[in-house]
Amino acid sequence: MQNRMLEMEGITKTFPGVTALENVNIQVQKGAIHALVGENGAGKSTLMKVLSGVHPYGTYSGNVYIHGKLCTFKNINESEKEGIVIIHQELALIPELSVAENIFLGNEQAEKGIINWNKTVTKTIDLLKKVGLDVSPLDIIKNIGVGGQQLVEIAKAISREVQLLILDEPTAALNEEDSENLLKLLFEFKKQGITCILISHKLKEVIKVADYVTVLRDGQTIETLSLQKNEVTENQIIKQMVGRDLKKIFPDRYANIGDKVFEIESWTVYHPQQPTKKVLDDVSLYVRKGEIIGIAGLMGAGRTELAMSVFGKSYGRKISGKIYKNGNEITIKNVNEAIEHGLAYVSENRKEYGLILINSVKHNLTLSNLKKVSKRYRVKDYLEVQAAEHLKKQMNIKTSSVEKKVVHLSGGNQQKVVLGKWLFTEPEVLMLDEPTRGIDVGAKFEIYKIINGLAELGKSIIIISSELPELIGICDRIYSLSNGKITGEVNRDNADQEKLMEYMTEEYGRS
Amino acid sequence: METIKISFINNFRRYGMIIALIGIMLLFQILTSGTLLTPLNITNIIMQNSYIIILAIGMMLIIITGNIDLSVGSVAAFVGAISAIMMISFDLPILLAVFLCLVLGAVIGAWQGFWIAYVNIPSFIVTLAGMLLFRGLTLVVLDGQTISSYPNNFKSISTGFIPDIIPGSPLNVLTMIVGVLFSIFYVGSEWKRRKDQKSFGLDTGVFTIFLTKVMLLTAVILTLTYILASYAGIPYVLITLFVLVVGYTSVMNNTIYGRHIYTVGGNESAARLSGVKTKKMTFGVFVNMGILAAICGLVFSARLNAATPTAGNLFELDAIAAAFIGGASMKGGVGTVMGAVIGALVMGVLNNGMSLMGIGTDWQQAIKGFVLLAAVAFDIVSKNKGS
Repeated sequence: MQNRMLEMEGITKTFPGVTALENVNIQVQKGAIHALVGENGAGKSTLMKVLSGVHPYGTYSGNVYIHGKLCTFKNINESEKEGIVIIHQELALIPELSVAENIFLGNEQAEKGIINWNKTVTKTIDLLKKVGLDVSPLDIIKNIGVGGQQLVEIAKAISREVQLLILDEPTAALNEEDSENLLKLLFEFKKQGITCILISHKLKEVIKVADYVTVLRDGQTIETLSLQKNEVTENQIIKQMVGRDLKKIFPDRYANIGDKVFEIESWTVYHPQQPTKKVLDDVSLYVRKGEIIGIAGLMGAGRTELAMSVFGKSYGRKISGKIYKNGNEITIKNVNEAIEHGLAYVSENRKEYGLILINSVKHNLTLSNLKKVSKRYRVKDYLEVQAAEHLKKQMNIKTSSVEKKVVHLSGGNQQKVVLGKWLFTEPEVLMLDEPTRGIDVGAKFEIYKIINGLAELGKSIIIISSELPELIGICDRIYSLSNGKITGEVNRDNADQEKLMEYMTEEYGRS
Repeated sequence: METIKISFINNFRRYGMIIALIGIMLLFQILTSGTLLTPLNITNIIMQNSYIIILAIGMMLIIITGNIDLSVGSVAAFVGAISAIMMISFDLPILLAVFLCLVLGAVIGAWQGFWIAYVNIPSFIVTLAGMLLFRGLTLVVLDGQTISSYPNNFKSISTGFIPDIIPGSPLNVLTMIVGVLFSIFYVGSEWKRRKDQKSFGLDTGVFTIFLTKVMLLTAVILTLTYILASYAGIPYVLITLFVLVVGYTSVMNNTIYGRHIYTVGGNESAARLSGVKTKKMTFGVFVNMGILAAICGLVFSARLNAATPTAGNLFELDAIAAAFIGGASMKGGVGTVMGAVIGALVMGVLNNGMSLMGIGTDWQQAIKGFVLLAAVAFDIVSKNKGS
């Protein structure tokens, strides 16, 4: 009992009309890595908000004890004083400030109100060493990449003498290499006696690093498994999370592949700000009718840039190369022409580039093809509602009404709205950039099913993903992209992770 | 009963500003012991506020795209000055002069829209520059002087009334006929819309609420016509306003252009990647504002019967205030044309009511500032509660 760091007992939290948490119990041992898993909407974030005082004491029932002492946090400052720090999925850094300024933001190294910059910088160097980040304290945050930013957040946490570090989906936006580093860091913390709560959808990671895993479902604790003694498999956890046996992570696929539909030849793109830097170099690839191809690459390999530059020159400068559709060369000058040629691009960042969050499901679904629900430039409400209802059914979007604002939907359902929007443009070639990022297992399966269904309808699909198992699970053919160049091409049958990883890291860092 | 209650609460939130407007009118009706709603004063309120309403419509569109326009007052003054020079100094035909003024407004809008949409300079800066630039140019072309006495026909766009078919009758008969025809048309179109929605299986809302809404609005239309008819009839400027409000509401709600304008303010990157020509839309909204500022300038000069260097001073702030009172959001993406009109009327009735009570302009300003803050605070607080 001595080493029980945290105990949450009988936590119930209700919002008007919804019970978000119902009698949740969780105990975290000191110095352990404790994973918290569950589908989106299972209540993980709410639980952490209760813990950190975002939902103040008194707005929930049940008790939170730290080292056996009852906590009555009224706000996040009080929980930070106790050494509890949350690192959110959306990072809370100021992009225009330096690394050092960000780390000591709100905790400035000042004497009599004057900041001591030398002290700040030396301390920052020390912290950066601890988290293994090789940047200067004076580098500007926006220039150091997502992986680096995540580490800066952690450095910030350590600077506040953290005792309980809560990481919300820390590796969602990271490539495999950065993820690996981050997880190693967690082991390092464990040695130092820092307790971690890790929220993650990536069960492989969880099994690898965590000592305990607590499964939440529909706002209730299902069970806590000890990973130290028992051999727990991914499927066991998934079963607890979804409450049913999910036989397969990937649905069956019956490929019926036809002729070449879309082809890119010698595609070269320069960086928009650095005129001599090639972001993509002589990229050629093709996709056939009814085929699903994958593009595997580490972050910064040029995956998103490839899709965006093809999609109506939405990225880059001095774009050269040829695009063929059904054997004929075409030119695509802007997004509208791309849509007219039957292209669709589902962005990796649905909130920023995919959805108008403050608009309704209906308006988002029809946005890219309003002409289809209009007569002489007038949008017809009844046509629009019919179309939206149809897509809602086809995509299995869970929403009480198509009039509901998209911002209130869960991540998986938002992604279905984006897919539905592009389906409504009747595309022939769909480019899906990280289509399952930040989505729970159940919704992922549904998205895969939708993708398969589209391929069966004869659409050609290009999937960009940093999750290799995903690409191997659903693609017919996979290209690897490294440093803006295609470094390999493998068929589904002889694709394995090690080989692809090798291709993906080829030439990496050479130029 | 429960559904009626919920529906009522939702409607209350939606129509909150209309209810506030009615409240303010009733308050001043009592405070001025009945002067506010006299036929003469109602006619005055419409004529006094027409030019702000015209600006507020355009400003609402600008704010919906996430921009702002500080130059409208100066642009209105500049166009007014040019109109005076054309009509008074050069004796150009009225229609030609009006047409040229609208073109001038469009060109000014295009000038500002170009810098904002295609060079990516923040609209605040571009229109702040425009505010200084066009105020300066107004002084230059007028040489600091006031030019006055427009032709009578031109003046009537702002001060004229529709003629009566039976001259000398106590009520303006044509006005009454127009009012009655319009309310019949209104009831019919609302009825048809409900029937259409029903036939497509859409949610039509609670019937009692629908009926109350239609009856209330019909009563308002008929009362307003009666009040106008018992003074001098429908002012021409009210017809202009009516056409603008109905036209812009329809564009914003029912057309692809309108939908695209909302998405530009809602999330520009997502809109661009969805095939919305975001730059063209932003440019277009500023061209449109230029034209509306020109109309405002013409109506205001016609009302003053003069073009003065100080015309349109602070109009931009009234128009911006009207848009925000009417439910616009600083972040863009939300707001309605009708909201802007209501917002302008709230300010207008406050001005008028306080003037009738003999409150000085000093206190009027202070009170208006407070009302702006209170209205937006009410809106934000009630929205936070709603979500």
